[in-house]
Amino acid sequence: MTSIDVTSIELRSVTRWYGNVVAVNDITMSIGPGVTGLLGPNGAGKSTLLHLIAGFLAPSRGELTVAGEPSWRNPGLFRKVGLVPERDSVYSFLTGAEFVLATARLHKLPDPGAAARQAIGRLDMADAQDRRISTYSKGMRQRIKVAAALVHDPEVLLLDEPFNGMDPRQRLHMMDLLHAEGEQGRVILLSSHILEEVERLSGTIQVIVGGRLAASGDFRAIRRLMTSRPHVFLVRSSDDRRLGSALIGSPAVSGVELTARGLQVRALDYYAFTRQVAGLTREHGIALRELLPADESLESVFAYLLAS
Amino acid sequence: MPGLVNGVIVSVTFRATMGRRRALLFAVPAVVLIAITAVLAATAASGSWKPEFLGDFGFTIVLPLTSLIIGTSVLGAEIDDGSVVHLLATPVPRFQVVLSKFLVAATLTILFGAIPEYLGASIAAGPGSRLAIGLLAGALVASVIYNALFVMLSVLTTRAIAIGLLYLLVWEGLLANLVPGVGLLSAGQYSLSIAKAIANNKGLHAHLTATTAIVMGLIVTVAALVICTRKLSMFSIRGDAA
Repeated sequence: MTSIDVTSIELRSVTRWYGNVVAVNDITMSIGPGVTGLLGPNGAGKSTLLHLIAGFLAPSRGELTVAGEPSWRNPGLFRKVGLVPERDSVYSFLTGAEFVLATARLHKLPDPGAAARQAIGRLDMADAQDRRISTYSKGMRQRIKVAAALVHDPEVLLLDEPFNGMDPRQRLHMMDLLHAEGEQGRVILLSSHILEEVERLSGTIQVIVGGRLAASGDFRAIRRLMTSRPHVFLVRSSDDRRLGSALIGSPAVSGVELTARGLQVRALDYYAFTRQVAGLTREHGIALRELLPADESLESVFAYLLAS
Repeated sequence: MPGLVNGVIVSVTFRATMGRRRALLFAVPAVVLIAITAVLAATAASGSWKPEFLGDFGFTIVLPLTSLIIGTSVLGAEIDDGSVVHLLATPVPRFQVVLSKFLVAATLTILFGAIPEYLGASIAAGPGSRLAIGLLAGALVASVIYNALFVMLSVLTTRAIAIGLLYLLVWEGLLANLVPGVGLLSAGQYSLSIAKAIANNKGLHAHLTATTAIVMGLIVTVAALVICTRKLSMFSIRGDAA
């Protein structure tokens, strides 16, 4: 991959509406190298946003550039951009190898055969490459689509729900691949409703709710910023009952529950609680064995954002 | 036509078009034409049916219908099922996409429409006859113009077959023959007028001069392909709405 300085996706006040329906509303964001997760419930505007970025929709208002160029009506941009669409429709009468090779030829690569073989190998599809795509499972189709999108070594890779239809092993493989591609400096933007995978893959998220950008940045940081909702911690100590009594008196704590796994503490202030819990255990001579944030999954971040 | 068409798109489109179930329909109008021609040639007492049947049936039904089935499928089928995104997510200039699809559609229509028309004319009047040569030339022109129109229609609307059928029945079948002046905007009249000029046969029901037919045919073909390219350049995927 050739590295350039301007490899990023920039949106400035981008809005897209269909008639009276606003699909994407005044979104400003900047996406740089590495893996970024585009999250949101169904109908939030994730696909619309990806299509806008890929140049398959014109912004109704605002400016949008990919690698420094506008994407709308600019097919030349696909020299730098790879797209994995969500729809499962591929040229199913072709074999996997024919499909990726045809894509390499459409990109006019100097050695399309070698590029196709390499892309297929990266996606672990060499064994199935001579079978028609019509015989592939959904997960295999996803992988051959990714191989085709990567065949020209793009600087920007856009993936719409890439984990759809994949079994757990294939998901792990895809996550490893995307992670490695992001580490190399490629800009990777993926939309997904499988929050767990995005959480494992990417610390950076863009959360779209109701067509608007609800949150942007590191998902753990986003969670911490949301001080209006209690944070749940799991605490294990040498004397959970006594620690629980001490904690309930703290203004940073709104509730304590003694469970089989330890204390489940609802904290009103993330930082105040984490500072106080250490002091309290020392003060009461209790050994602190484990302190885990219990609700830092993307699911909970997401639920909070939706509720707010 | 290197530079104008893309070999990969041409070969994939050929395979896709011939691999669809719809491909079975391609030969139906041609088979009907040749069968009826053979029956008429064996049974008819006079020869006046030759230009009338081959001109009217061939240029009003066989060629437009074959063009409609093929022209709307080369690109329209990929737009319908979404696979066109894989093609458009490449830096291939959109005019190359359109011209490649158009080339495939016109070639297949020549194969399944124009050549059978010539075979029919050869059965009726002999392979080297002026009628056969004229009808072949007209059929080649029809294959080109109709496919430019139908490839364009498939990009403009998802109901290309229905609208195309309506256009053939009302505009080409009815108005072009009944309303004076409409023939100037009729693909059927362009192709049949060229056939008539070469065949020098008054039995062919065409009203335009060869020059007018060639100029107008060229304008309509180029205009259709330009509109098609512009529309494909603005191809949009409608996503989710909040």
